[in-house]
Parts: sequence; C-alpha cells; structure tokens
Amino acid sequence: MKAKVYVTLKKSIADPQGTAIKGMLNKIGFSRVEDVRIGKLIELDLGNVEKENAEAQLTEMCEKLLANTVIEEYRFELEK
Amino acid sequence: MKFGIIVFPGSNCDIDCYYALKIELNQEVEYIWHDTENIDDFDCIILPGGFSYGDYLRCGAAAANTRIMESVKEHAQKGKLVIGICNGFQVLTEVGLLPGALIRNRNLKFICDTSVVKIENIDSPFTNQLKKGEIINLPIAHGEGNYVADEDTLKKLKENEQILFTYQGNPNGSILDIAGICNEKRNVLGMMPHPERACEALLGNIDGKAIFESIIVFLQGGESK
Repeated sequence: MKAKVYVTLKKSIADPQGTAIKGMLNKIGFSRVEDVRIGKLIELDLGNVEKENAEAQLTEMCEKLLANTVIEEYRFELEK
Repeated sequence: MKFGIIVFPGSNCDIDCYYALKIELNQEVEYIWHDTENIDDFDCIILPGGFSYGDYLRCGAAAANTRIMESVKEHAQKGKLVIGICNGFQVLTEVGLLPGALIRNRNLKFICDTSVVKIENIDSPFTNQLKKGEIINLPIAHGEGNYVADEDTLKKLKENEQILFTYQGNPNGSILDIAGICNEKRNVLGMMPHPERACEALLGNIDGKAIFESIIVFLQGGESK
C-alpha cells in the first residue's frame, strides 16, 4: 500500500521560507497572493498491509520521526 | 571526572570539543561513537555541532532516534550533565530533553559570525563561573537557530530561570533572543553558540572557556563564584 504524508508548520509558527516565496510571487506578477506556507510531502510504500494497520503505522511514524509535533502538523492519505 | 563527546555521522565540532577539554582544560575526555550503548562511565555528555545524518528531514531528527540517545536520556534522568551545542541543541529538542524547537533563521541564511551573548542566569552547572549580566563573544554557525516555543513553555522558561544565554542584537529571530536554555532540573544545557570554538587564545577568543570551567567546578563539587 502506498501513502503520502504531508508535514506542515503549525499556523502559530512563522515560515520565513514561505514569506520569501510569497514576496517573489508578488514580484513576478502574482500580486494577489496573500500567504504562502511551505511543507513537506513524503511518499511511502508500506508493502502489503491492511488499511487499519497502515494508518496506525503512519501515525506512529509521524509522531516518532516524520514530524516534530512541537512545530509541525501532519496528515496522510492512503492509495491502493 | 570524564567527558564524553558523542560522534554521529556528520558531526563536525567533535574535535573542537575534544581539543578544548583535553588541551585547554586538561580534562579526561573520550569520543563516543553513536552506536555505543553503555555511557555509564561519563559524568558529562556532549552532543557536538555539525550536520548529523546530513540534517535530513529536520536538523537532529535522525540523531534523536538512535540507540545512544536512549542512553543519553537515562543519563539525564539520573541527574548527570548533558550539553548540546548547535546541532546538539537541535538533537536535545528533538528527543524532548529540552522544550521548544529550532527552525530556519529569520533571514533564511546560514549565519557564520561572532555573536554577542549575555549571561542571564548563573545558577546552573554551566554558568557558575560567569557573572550575571556579563557580555561575552561566542562564534555561531547555523542555518536553523531560530528558537521557538509556545507561550506556556516560554512562561515556564522565564519563571524557572532556565534561559541562561540571550543574544544582544538577535541574529536569527529567536524568540526572547534565546541563545541557550537548560531543563527544569538544570542538568541539561542546549545552546546555539559554540563555546568550544572560543577556548584557544591563538584563535583570538577564550570567552567560551568559562562555560567548561563552570562544569568542571560543578563536577568537583566546588563553590560558585
């Protein structure tokens, strides 16, 4: 089973990279862009696992390693 | 009294720490390779600066998930000393031995400079040979040194006087100008500036020496200044 994990900075955490990209977008003609936040997309192949097991594993992976929950949020999607 | 410097793949300030302690401060010190399990012999563990595991995913995230960090947690729980410098500080926040996190510098740049550091608190094993309010110069070299924490954590850090070092002229955007903090039990220190790079007179600055001297005085059971 394949999965995508999205890790993003919490709303309360400033994202200097996003701010810089927002400035660039505004500068090259996309003047209406009001906010940019940059995160990570992690693609995984979990092998042959049941959906419930996959979800439990992904949660544990995110809590332990893939995200730092002090500053980041995560969510994931499973693909058949 | 024995110091141990943990060497992860990608650590690069381990030799500076060794030199400072061995040559400048005449202490017993050993490198500890990252797959070592038993660190019972050591009184003070140092997590040096560098780019452990290439800083992949997040700075310190991979190092935080190694076997040796379980031993470091046990070492800290016993009340023994742990210092994380730069990448070591990032590792300590990732394993939860220190609160908060270190994110990308405000200006998005890797900053290699001399920082002006104010001593905020001298009641710790790491600052007892300094004076409160004293200003020292310490090198910094980091891309992710911007300390963040939630309001509750900051309140606790202030109330318990866990903020040991602040910047004068904040280089990286750290909240409350934080350059270094200790845990509530005061036996774990994390700091972004590099005291080990400021111990050799030939290099022009020995301001970092007082931090290691504080630790030595503490471990010898000595009085603070």
